[in-house]
Amino acid sequence: MSARSTADAVRAGERSARSVVEEHLAAIDAREDEIHAFNLVMADEALTQADDVDRRIAEGEDPGPLAGVPVALKDNLCTRGIDTTCGSRILEGWRPPYDATAVERLVAAGAVVIGKTNCDEFAMGSSTENSAFGPTRNPLDTSRVPGGSSGGSAAAVAAGFAPLALGSDTGGSIRQPAALCGTVGVKPTYGRVSRYGLVAFGSSLDQVGPFAASVEDAALLLEAIGGHDPRDSTSIPEASPDLLGVLGQGVEGLRIGIISELMGGPDQAASVEGIAEDVRARVEQAAEALAAAGATVEHASVPSTIYGLSAYYLIAPAEASSNLARFDGVRFGLRVDADTAPEMNTATRTAGFGDEVKRRIMLGTYALSAGYYDAYYGRSQKVRTLIQRDFSRAYESFDLLLSPTAPTTAFPLGDKTDDPMLMYLADVCTIPSNLAGHPAMSVPFGTGDDGLPVGVQVLAPALAEATMFRAAAVLEGTAP
Amino acid sequence: MSDQALIPGWEVVIGLEVHAELATVTKMFSSALNRFGGEPNTNIDPVSLGLPGSLPVLNEKAVELAIRVGLALDCVIQPSVFSRKNYFYPDMPKDFQISQYDLPINGIGSLELPDGRRIGIERAHLEEDTGKSTHVGGGGRIHEAGHSLIDYNRSGVPLIEIVSAPDMRGAEDARAYVSELRSILVAIGASDGKMEEGSMRVDCNVSVRRQGTTELGTRCEVKNINSLRSMGRAIEYEARRQVDLLESGERVQQQTRHWNEDDGRTHKLRSKEEAYDYRYFPEPDLVPVEPSEEWIAEIRAALPMLPRERRRRLADAAGVEPSDTALTVQRGMDDLAVDAIAAGADAERVLVHVENNLADGAGELTAAPFAALVAMETGGDLTATQAKTVLADLVASGGDPAAHAAAHGFEAMDTSELEALVDRIIAQHPDDWDGFVGGDDKERRKKAGFFVGQVMKATRGQADGRIVNELLAQRADGQGA
Repeated sequence: MSARSTADAVRAGERSARSVVEEHLAAIDAREDEIHAFNLVMADEALTQADDVDRRIAEGEDPGPLAGVPVALKDNLCTRGIDTTCGSRILEGWRPPYDATAVERLVAAGAVVIGKTNCDEFAMGSSTENSAFGPTRNPLDTSRVPGGSSGGSAAAVAAGFAPLALGSDTGGSIRQPAALCGTVGVKPTYGRVSRYGLVAFGSSLDQVGPFAASVEDAALLLEAIGGHDPRDSTSIPEASPDLLGVLGQGVEGLRIGIISELMGGPDQAASVEGIAEDVRARVEQAAEALAAAGATVEHASVPSTIYGLSAYYLIAPAEASSNLARFDGVRFGLRVDADTAPEMNTATRTAGFGDEVKRRIMLGTYALSAGYYDAYYGRSQKVRTLIQRDFSRAYESFDLLLSPTAPTTAFPLGDKTDDPMLMYLADVCTIPSNLAGHPAMSVPFGTGDDGLPVGVQVLAPALAEATMFRAAAVLEGTAP
Repeated sequence: MSDQALIPGWEVVIGLEVHAELATVTKMFSSALNRFGGEPNTNIDPVSLGLPGSLPVLNEKAVELAIRVGLALDCVIQPSVFSRKNYFYPDMPKDFQISQYDLPINGIGSLELPDGRRIGIERAHLEEDTGKSTHVGGGGRIHEAGHSLIDYNRSGVPLIEIVSAPDMRGAEDARAYVSELRSILVAIGASDGKMEEGSMRVDCNVSVRRQGTTELGTRCEVKNINSLRSMGRAIEYEARRQVDLLESGERVQQQTRHWNEDDGRTHKLRSKEEAYDYRYFPEPDLVPVEPSEEWIAEIRAALPMLPRERRRRLADAAGVEPSDTALTVQRGMDDLAVDAIAAGADAERVLVHVENNLADGAGELTAAPFAALVAMETGGDLTATQAKTVLADLVASGGDPAAHAAAHGFEAMDTSELEALVDRIIAQHPDDWDGFVGGDDKERRKKAGFFVGQVMKATRGQADGRIVNELLAQRADGQGA
């Protein structure tokens, strides 16, 4: 049952929020041991929240468009009085004194928070294997990863643990796991959803966004969490977009470009490498489906996207090296005592952070260092400007762009853990949208040769989520 | 101020970095209160604690106050960007400080000293304050302390850092600069300027060079200065130390040094090589600050009169140099003085009273009775000493100067009575009188003082010194002719 029809049934008094939550808790009970989507299942709190929704309905109130719908939250979103670990030992035991804006808005819309989902530590990773609490497994094939870093949220939706989930996307951390788990995943325009209460990784790239089993449910969730928030200075001063209202409008007359540089293949000289043949074939098939629905589909060039990965792995770690400085053992989370304050800082961070986090802190610290700043951070900002310029040019000719979400379908656990560069390549198609600040989403479109889902990425210019969702709805309707 | 060559053959060069806490109601980036004192860790919130997920939101009032400072210092007000200054320290919750780096809100400007000289301002930028550590045990230093307590009430308090050019040449200049800057900050409501509460802090960059040379020497930055007095001592100590090094053939090394009030010395904190690499980069959680021309004009229009304008106004009214009015303006009594002068009072007497007799404040004194008092004095109805007594009455309880004078029994002395007394005293001191009549200027002044003193003694201060001087001059002229 979709989130939308569940909420409608609860609002109409046809079923209780408690029964909805109980049903999902039962699903969690059945498979969570095997999948490990959650760091924390909030069974008691969820039932209390559900009872509150039911009481309000009994009193004639309307709890809102998400009434009684369970939502799973990535464990880097602050929840008042509830452990928020970011998949790290260093935050073990910390309970934020406040809710993230996105969480506040969910609850205000009647949703029920059902748990905190596993993720790569501080959202750094593409497989959820970098969690300090062990990996999450792909519900469709538990020998495979769910993608990452929001792998727990993707798995929770794919396994039916929750109809909706929130993740965060810094370089693809919503879209890539959505693709690998066969769900819809959306990275909104930078500034569309408040970052207040999202534990920062790369502040200029981070964006909170929805996971759902359908395009419609993703629209429902994004409408609920979007819109201006005065607590986030980078929040766009606009109301949340109307998405549900445009889903049926189709793509007739839209100009859609397939990004050549992100398609790989022997005939694409200036393209990223590693795009699997079966994935490329599905994207081409998706393009045909859009053309059949009335869109004009052509090849588009966004040349500098091929440098996106390199720029991203300087900018994101640079910001992270600064954002993660506060985990110093002084005020919250883990503290490993030592004789002096600097030694305590070092001991705490050595014990509390995992290898990938340490790697990125070192990378970022280096990139910002005196004498290296211009060559690394400075130059990567120039690439970022180039990517923004190239996208702007492409959007003079196209309304939307199309690409694979991930180069391959879900890969086996342990496959890339020994080779960080190989792991980083999993985000090669998703990173450019973060650098540009544009919205993009992944829509399931058939399967690869291994029978596992393939995601097609729809990219749009800033604030054009509505157009993006129209194409997504068409893809969903025509998917093989 | 001119004679600052404390160390013969050497010139001291000083640039100052002044941090002033801005007088906002709330903090720079959150709604926690900006308030001095209070129970530790009560004026805090997720932002001032740097909790994960918290985000800064710029306090518009802090920007307005910074622009006021910029306008008062004739700075270029420009679009600016916040940056992160990264370093680990327990009282800095995020382990980075939000500051402005290459694009400060206020660019080049200048500050005019009371004597008319201008000290260059390189920039005046916004940043947030840190918390406050108290190191328990080990003499209060972090490395030897048993443990440390941290109060985050100050964390996130808005600061303006005002960086001067190396335009000062001695401790006197530095003191004049800091007190003028403090007067300006207080006058425009930007800061309370209290050094003793740490709401204004000064770091000194000191270097020395051979007199007559123009190249700047290697500088040292001296920190931990808590008063104007210790700033002067620190500068003098540090300059002497550097000269001693150079004169003994050694080199000054670029260092950050810590002023120790107790032993009166500066101590090395870290060398240039040990300096932090702050890894500045633009703060991604904030957007650039681009104040509109209209807003700047509005702020300019609302600025109160600055100390230098007040000095000039009083100087024009009194017919003196602006530097002669510095103390009156500093005491905030320039309105009183200007009004008393406008009411007809003798300007010189007004300034003398403000400077000499109103050090503890004007109390109940207002311009009209002040002017009336000065008129009585210049009209010969009161002697200077009597006027001082009546002035004290006016400060204490206000009222009418004539009534106070009558209550004291002050009456103008009959001139013929005074003439007789003067003649009698001249006759009693023939040698002194010869000195007065025949001596050089210096001798004449000395003897005049003697005779006035004798007359005052005989009249218990009731005589008017000005008239006594006139009588002495008349009699001397009569003899000389």
